[in-house]
Amino acid sequence: MPAETPALEVKDMRKRFGSLEVLKGISLTANDGDVISILGSSGSGKSTFLRCINLLETPDEGVVTVAGEVIRMRRRSDGRAEPADRRQIDRIRSELGMVFQSFNLWSHLTVLENLIEAPVHVQKRPRAECVEEAKALLAKVGIADKWNAYPAHLSGGQQQRAAIARALAMRPKVMLFDEPTSSLDPELVGEVLRVMRALAEEGRTMLVVTHEMGFARDVSTRVMFLHQGRVEAEGEPEALFSGATSERFRQFISKERG
Amino acid sequence: MGLFQIFGFGPGGWGLAMLEGAAMTLLVSACGLLIGAAIGALVAWARLSRHRPSGALGEAYAALFRGLPELLVVYFVYFGTSTLLTDLANLVGYQGFVGVPSFLAGALAVGVISGAYQAEVYRAGYLAIARGELEAAVSVGMDRLLMFRRIVAPQVLRFALPGLGNLWQVALKDSSLISVTGLAELMRVSQIGAGSTHQPFAFYLGGMALYLVMTLVSTRLFDAAEARATRGLRRVAAG
Amino acid sequence: MDWGFIGATFLRLIAAVPLTLEVWLSSVILGAVVAAGVTWMRVSDSRPLKAVARAYVAVFRGTPLLIQLFIVYYGLASLPAVRHSLFWPFLRDAFDCAVLSLGLCTAGYQAEIFRGALIAVPHGQVEAARACGMSGLLLFRRIIFPIALRHGLPAYSTEMISMVKATALVSLITLWDVMSVALKIRNDTLVTYLPLVLAGAIYFVVNYAIGAAFLALERRLSPHLRARTS
Repeated sequence: MPAETPALEVKDMRKRFGSLEVLKGISLTANDGDVISILGSSGSGKSTFLRCINLLETPDEGVVTVAGEVIRMRRRSDGRAEPADRRQIDRIRSELGMVFQSFNLWSHLTVLENLIEAPVHVQKRPRAECVEEAKALLAKVGIADKWNAYPAHLSGGQQQRAAIARALAMRPKVMLFDEPTSSLDPELVGEVLRVMRALAEEGRTMLVVTHEMGFARDVSTRVMFLHQGRVEAEGEPEALFSGATSERFRQFISKERG
Repeated sequence: MGLFQIFGFGPGGWGLAMLEGAAMTLLVSACGLLIGAAIGALVAWARLSRHRPSGALGEAYAALFRGLPELLVVYFVYFGTSTLLTDLANLVGYQGFVGVPSFLAGALAVGVISGAYQAEVYRAGYLAIARGELEAAVSVGMDRLLMFRRIVAPQVLRFALPGLGNLWQVALKDSSLISVTGLAELMRVSQIGAGSTHQPFAFYLGGMALYLVMTLVSTRLFDAAEARATRGLRRVAAG
Repeated sequence: MDWGFIGATFLRLIAAVPLTLEVWLSSVILGAVVAAGVTWMRVSDSRPLKAVARAYVAVFRGTPLLIQLFIVYYGLASLPAVRHSLFWPFLRDAFDCAVLSLGLCTAGYQAEIFRGALIAVPHGQVEAARACGMSGLLLFRRIIFPIALRHGLPAYSTEMISMVKATALVSLITLWDVMSVALKIRNDTLVTYLPLVLAGAIYFVVNYAIGAAFLALERRLSPHLRARTS
């Protein structure tokens, strides 16, 4: 079988904040259907890594390739890196769906309007088609009856599920989750994890920065453990969680459990 | 005459007169602010009280002066008090017109307007005091007057400082309207100088520069006062 | 109670309301346009542009409107350079001077309102929009502006009312607005209270109407802030 183009490829990404090097050369390859959990303590750089993939933060070094397309970068006169083509960034971002820790639904729009906003105005798809798809997605994540509600009227769990539906409405090639359950009350975490699990079982390509060990162990196809900006351990969940590989990882999960 | 000579301090120079005008501006604004503080405290007290008619009266006062042009209030206070005084004087047998000194009328006008806004600032400041502090004061046996003096008033002032800084600047600018009464504050002096030397651009620009200096210095002073006064507080947003 | 006199005074004052409103609306619109420019400079990445914007706001908010008005109407007219420029037909006209001066002044206040409204837009929502591929004008038009508008409406309403009150100053540069007419009636008839009280009532009603209109607009734009009906 010929080698498939990976859905997402990151080569040797580095990022500095002032004098502090937060990412020290991280590489990752995600094929179609991979669900990669990215774990690490705070300060390990995991959120920064995710945000550098869709250029919400600008990496200083490294190459990001989405579905075979390389994101072109260039150097400014002061030496800092920046995207070379803003249109390319916008287009690639519309192919990546991101779910944020604080949901970030647009407060002045209803749930349905949130879902169709980018498909209509960025992807320029016909409105009727976007509305239909949006309603189906809302049913899929379990909040079909809230289509006309405003984000402020929803619980945290409902908002995050709406945010996931919003990302799905873009028909993304890869979904990026930045600690999607960290802002939720414990009793609401389950409903969001259920939706994410369903997406994984569908075969979606997902990168998930999370503290939810259960999800990392049971749902992901691969686990990546970051420590101080480097990939400390990587591999199949059973392998990592059985304690066979990294000592640091063993310490990390025992702290998380405790 | 050259510009330098016009504003200089020599003979025929207006420099001194302009500075005196600025001093008058500061004085009448300060008096206005103090009058406003007294009125504002009263109106705030009325609005905070549980007595419905007082509350309504206080709200009406605030609403009234939010809706009236300041210039109108200046004219009303100036002409109105003069008329009142004249009528009173006529009653006791004095014939002729009694004018109220423009300083008094001006300060009163500024104060009456400022009081409406200061009331809101004091009210918000009072409501910001944690209930617990007042309960603690009561539980150690403070009577109401002592509690007001030692707990309420200092805290209200601390919270009110930013709003008061802003209202001071408003008073400075409103004081320029008192020029219509003839008071020799900065606006009026600029006007007289402009007319006398036929150099309106220079004089109004010079007056504007002096006003700007006064507001900039005031901002600095209030920022410093705020920093000192709130050193015990945790602030949501730094200044 | 001389109802005839009261009625006549009232009618004369009402007749001056259109001019007051004309000055108000024109200066508010001019102010909004200038303020948009000042705000754009203020949020730009350029240090000099930022400084100019801050200086503009400091000058127009830190000095009395009356002296700004006099500089434009009396001051500029005295400069030979102005009298011979192509702006002279405008700068010799009291109405145009009034609109220019009031407009430049309110621009300083409106710029601060715009800036505060922009800052209040939650950064996360802007990021979410970027993450969907929005940028530039689209991002501003669909996300930033609508949210900022809702944040800035209350303060903007207050400024609109301040501007109505500011129009009273044009009575001092020979325009026949409500304030001028009230003073003339007082000077002619020596009746002190009535013309001023009636003028005050008229200003009060106009301001109340504007306040109510903005409140209705705020309510309409913010169903997301209203309590849940279900």
